[in-house]
Amino acid sequence: MAMAWIWTGMVVVSVVFGLYNGTTGAVGAAAMEGAGAAVELCLSMAGIMCLWNGVMAVMKASGMMDGLSRLFRPVLCRLLPRACRDPDTLAALSGNVSANLLGLGNAATPLGIRAAGRMARGSGGRATDELCTLVVLNTASIQLLPTTVAGVRGALGAESAFDILPAVWLASVLSVTAGLLAAKALGKIWRN
Amino acid sequence: MDYSAYLVPLLLACTALFGVGRRVNVFDALAQGAEEGLTILLRILPNLVGLMTAVYMLRASGVLDLLGQLLAPLLVRLGIPPETAALLFIRPVSGSGALAIGSELMSAHGPDSYVGRVAAVMLGSTETTFYTIAVYFGSAGVHKTRYAIPAALIADLTGFVAAAWAVRLLFGT
Repeated sequence: MAMAWIWTGMVVVSVVFGLYNGTTGAVGAAAMEGAGAAVELCLSMAGIMCLWNGVMAVMKASGMMDGLSRLFRPVLCRLLPRACRDPDTLAALSGNVSANLLGLGNAATPLGIRAAGRMARGSGGRATDELCTLVVLNTASIQLLPTTVAGVRGALGAESAFDILPAVWLASVLSVTAGLLAAKALGKIWRN
Repeated sequence: MDYSAYLVPLLLACTALFGVGRRVNVFDALAQGAEEGLTILLRILPNLVGLMTAVYMLRASGVLDLLGQLLAPLLVRLGIPPETAALLFIRPVSGSGALAIGSELMSAHGPDSYVGRVAAVMLGSTETTFYTIAVYFGSAGVHKTRYAIPAALIADLTGFVAAAWAVRLLFGT
């Protein structure tokens, strides 16, 4: 429902502002252009997106997700010590993190939900500190290969669609770190 | 910066070799994953049709430029290019909306321009925060979300500032 309001807002604001600004003609022309541009964009990014989703699927099939899970277990146990005492929760958590790293959203979300459900048991509908940490971990993107963005860049004729990778990793690491530190700090001062 | 020219083919070759070494039918897995990519695209496309229309209209009306001008003093101080102002607001709320605004920015300024790269890195290093929070807490039956939203938004803001900084650091303006 939120999207309905946002979309309606966007369209109404453009029309009202177009009238006020005298750009109604341009707004009208743009309204006929956007839909075609969306289809064109999707078509021209389809190749890169399909290929890299395929590569990720190969990585998953070769057991790379399990490898990543093992790699990240010690970190997770430092971040979420209570949750990690339960082996099932730990399995779901580490699967969630490694699927996020590989950009497998379809695999990451159900695992994360499983972990969150187990961690929320007996909390009476109140988010515990560890649940907040888990959510922050999932709202910050830690995807190693942002295939959709690379697809858009490739579709628009970027010289090298993936040359933004180091910048993405740098920004991701800083953002996750800031989120976790903020959660830690807020957890100390936040009541109920 | 031509390391990425080697990175992509190298990554393909390594993944294939690793898979073959693990006795995985690499080609079938690849095709299956590609099919999933197509499903993702099919799910994005209808949303993008509506949202790109709205974003193109917003752009043409001039309201996006106005938003950038209004927020410019603050954004410049944070090192964020004011052109990306609208992206900052839509990113935590709607994934397809952010993709629509981001790709409009990349095509208007060029994918290899400073603004285009910053938009791409912002998209790649942040998530649809509110949607994720709703899914996780909703499914776990949590009503009192406490500080999860402020902490997640601090992460987003850091991601935006860091995206602009990282692009300046690695590519210059």
